Amino acid sequence: MTDLVIIGGGPAGMSAAVAAYERGVRDILILERDDNLGGILRQCIHNGFGLHKFGEELTGPEYAYRYEKKVRELGIPFKLNTMVLDITPEKRITATNPEDGIFTIEAKAIILAMGCRERAKGALNIAGTRPAGIFSAGTAQKLVNMKGYMPGKNVVILGSGDIGLIMARRMTLEGAKVAAVCELMPYSGGLARNIEQCLNDFNIPLKLSHTVTQIHGKERLTGVTIAKVDENRRPIAETREYIPCDTLLLSCGLIPENELTKCTDATLSQITGGAAVDQNRETSVDGIFACGNVLHVHDLVDYVSDEAEIAGKSAADYIDGKRNKTLNIPITTDGKIRYTVPQRITEAKELTVYFRVADVYRDVKINVYDGEKLVFSKKKQKVAPGEMEAVKLKSEIFAYAKSLKFVLEEA
Amino acid sequence: MYDVAVIGAGVVGAMIARELAAYKLNICILEKEHDVAMGATKANSAIVHAGFDAKEGSLKAKLNVKGSKMMENVTHELGVKYRRNGSLVVGFNEEDRVTLETLLERGKTNGVEGLEIIERDRLTVLEPNIADGVKCALYAPTGAIVCPYELTVAAIGNAMDNGAKLKCSFPVTTITAHEDFYEISSGNDTVKARFIVNAAGVYSDAVARMIGDDTFTVHPRRGEYLVLDKECGNTVSHTIFMTPSKMGKGILVSPTVDNNLLLGPTAVDTVDKDDKSTTPEFFTSIFDIAAKTVKNIPRNKTITSFCGLRAVGDTGDFIITSPREHFINAAGIESPGLSASPAIAEYVRELLGSDGLKLEKKEDHVRTRRPMHAFREANIDEKNRMIKENPAYGRIVCRCEGVTEGEILDAIRTNPRATDLDGVKRRTRAQMGRCQGGFCSPYIIELLSRELDIPYENVTKFGGESNVALGKTKEDK
Amino acid sequence: MKRTLTCIVCPLGCTLEVELDKGNVISVSGNTCVRGKEYAVTECISPMRTVTSTVKCDDGRLVAVKTSRPIPKEKMFDCVKIINNSLAHLPIGIGDVIIKDVYGSDIVATQERN
Repeated sequence: MTDLVIIGGGPAGMSAAVAAYERGVRDILILERDDNLGGILRQCIHNGFGLHKFGEELTGPEYAYRYEKKVRELGIPFKLNTMVLDITPEKRITATNPEDGIFTIEAKAIILAMGCRERAKGALNIAGTRPAGIFSAGTAQKLVNMKGYMPGKNVVILGSGDIGLIMARRMTLEGAKVAAVCELMPYSGGLARNIEQCLNDFNIPLKLSHTVTQIHGKERLTGVTIAKVDENRRPIAETREYIPCDTLLLSCGLIPENELTKCTDATLSQITGGAAVDQNRETSVDGIFACGNVLHVHDLVDYVSDEAEIAGKSAADYIDGKRNKTLNIPITTDGKIRYTVPQRITEAKELTVYFRVADVYRDVKINVYDGEKLVFSKKKQKVAPGEMEAVKLKSEIFAYAKSLKFVLEEA
Repeated sequence: MYDVAVIGAGVVGAMIARELAAYKLNICILEKEHDVAMGATKANSAIVHAGFDAKEGSLKAKLNVKGSKMMENVTHELGVKYRRNGSLVVGFNEEDRVTLETLLERGKTNGVEGLEIIERDRLTVLEPNIADGVKCALYAPTGAIVCPYELTVAAIGNAMDNGAKLKCSFPVTTITAHEDFYEISSGNDTVKARFIVNAAGVYSDAVARMIGDDTFTVHPRRGEYLVLDKECGNTVSHTIFMTPSKMGKGILVSPTVDNNLLLGPTAVDTVDKDDKSTTPEFFTSIFDIAAKTVKNIPRNKTITSFCGLRAVGDTGDFIITSPREHFINAAGIESPGLSASPAIAEYVRELLGSDGLKLEKKEDHVRTRRPMHAFREANIDEKNRMIKENPAYGRIVCRCEGVTEGEILDAIRTNPRATDLDGVKRRTRAQMGRCQGGFCSPYIIELLSRELDIPYENVTKFGGESNVALGKTKEDK
Repeated sequence: MKRTLTCIVCPLGCTLEVELDKGNVISVSGNTCVRGKEYAVTECISPMRTVTSTVKCDDGRLVAVKTSRPIPKEKMFDCVKIINNSLAHLPIGIGDVIIKDVYGSDIVATQERN
């Protein structure tokens, strides 16, 4: 029996491990599928991480190293090249690696920190051929930054997610020509700073309300047809335009990797794709916690670390039997606010509720209702789907609530 | 000098080569593409048809029913996944019922066992997700599903294990007939063989022309498909067909042996033998068409789509002929070609025999092949034994489909060797899951590069100019 | 003259309004922190960028690097060219200088390589 097993040694898993250790847990094991700790940050060699957490601007590997160093210094055990195959609701973990073969571990508590994956081309229903030269942005990032190979020289990017924007700059600096970034929605999916420093700096056009309608080329990609889309996101035939290119990068959204979460029977949120959790990041299964991008996709790794600390500390308290669940308040949303994390409150203590909106809105109020009663309100100049928002709620506003509803009120 | 050259490494050529490899013959398989199973074989409905569709007395009918009966044993010998899931042709009205009764009678005449027409009440027990408008169905318990490219890889592998040679990237350009042998050329490369079997799929008419046979033509029929996530594989357990009508054969909804859900195909006759592109119309219509027979198909679980070109002959039947001495056509093998393929192979072997090919059984012939999914299917103790012997079985490379490095190395090292990314995919399922190779393809390229001893950037997706990486970020120093 | 900028200092991405007179910055608004103001001023006078890339190591692997401080924006391509023509010698620790003095910055490792 192991006190705490953490699935995933990326920023979430490492931060959770350190937090649990600092709260007194000693019997910890991190299971990491890659050959090193650090997760996807290892290939994110650009800067822009850590301002919130460390007050300085770090690259992905540097940010990861801060936690890896801590894990190593504290002597927290981890197994690399280890893939978890199954987790039962009773917290029995089956995993495999080349040294141990297939083995099982019983855990008192589990923290799920498996991260997310990119939406693949197949899910986008783009007509045309199936040549080489179509990559998700993260795959291209791995090829360029980890393997040292160029996915191509003439690039079109579909989707304006941050990884796509970062790769537009990265490949441009390595000598590629990025013809355009097409974004289906009328707004960008990435951070404003990345539009500025990754596209505008290099005069790469961002074509909002555009999509790729056809892929051309038999062996290697030779071009794509793009088109403007109408308000129902349907391509407008007259606006079709052919762009010759040898590479199409896709940056069309990230999906939490919850295959293992499903094995545990934890309740999933239909909207985030991750588990539904309380303020401690505990899932509906006792003693199984989730944090980071496996729970919901974050814009910033700093917030992943914050969230993982909550999960780590909470898991430590769970192991010690120090829990004080007195409430069961579900948090619902109005649709303009797509989701919140946590989705329910079980303890009467101050908490931060993170949420994401469904569209770009200006001059709005974020209102929180207990039934008909408005219990909290906050003004926001601008909210956008690409940027996670947060509000702090004091315990007195919900201590006697049956449920809380988050409503976005437009002026 | 080969005794027999089989042109085309699709399922038909593969089964013929495997059949002939049981005899003391020198066999060569010539394939135009970089790998086997690259034509209609990798892009079809993956169905072993029971045999009620083909016209009574036709070669199609005879070989379909026979092949369908052979398939379970063949797949068992080759270690290929096969599931007798049964098929249902569903009807919406009285007109359909009349058609189903005709199919039932035809099936009985063809020798298909267990056919019956069932009503909605029984149908909903068999398939809870059957659409509300469905009234009745022709139930064929002998219908089955199989993985066609896995079957082809295994059959070619088995033929090679028994001595057959495979030459890929060998598009036949000319055939010169000499007194007692043929010279088959692809550019400057030439192979000599005493007998030729033409199993060149959509190109089989072009190959026949090379020896002056212009008795038939083959045209491609486009068929587009959608593959849904494994989560959806249980939407139906049987293969659900629509009743064929003047409007066409409709589309099918079927689980695959790997538990994906398959929707398709469209059927559009065309002339371009190379155009495997999918169309926007397909994506906008497929779910609505599928919903006519099956409800609750999730619309947001597509993992990939593809288009196959079926080889449709102009005679209405399979074209298995001998236009001249020592030359056999196995052409126009459209549906139910996959189902019929083991029987076609026996039939072609008999024709070759009557044409003077000496058929003497090999004493050391091995009918079986180690299953490609041997590791995957093993129990935990067996797996641990295998990992201990070869730790690469303990390293998961493709996380979506749970494919290990050991299995990928097997695919690269076993006949017929995978030499590109798609070859690894078809043999192991690595890159075939929901992320479609996003995570694992850079590492699989590394394994291919290492095993084949070629530079990383020379590794292709499927041969030719389909290189994945186009150069390095740093020059070599 | 007025210029509108998107601040790249932090993920907030504030929209900055800069008032200029003959190339001199008169005022900055829209910033939520002092670094935003500094960014606006620099961006209008001589824009600077941090560059990240990789350098090839002795053993053929890559090591991630960055400029230790921002360099002139127009020198980004030249900087990457210098980086791509260099070789890093093992062992490498985080912060080790791989190339000295590139447009007023050092190229430092952001990864360990042993």
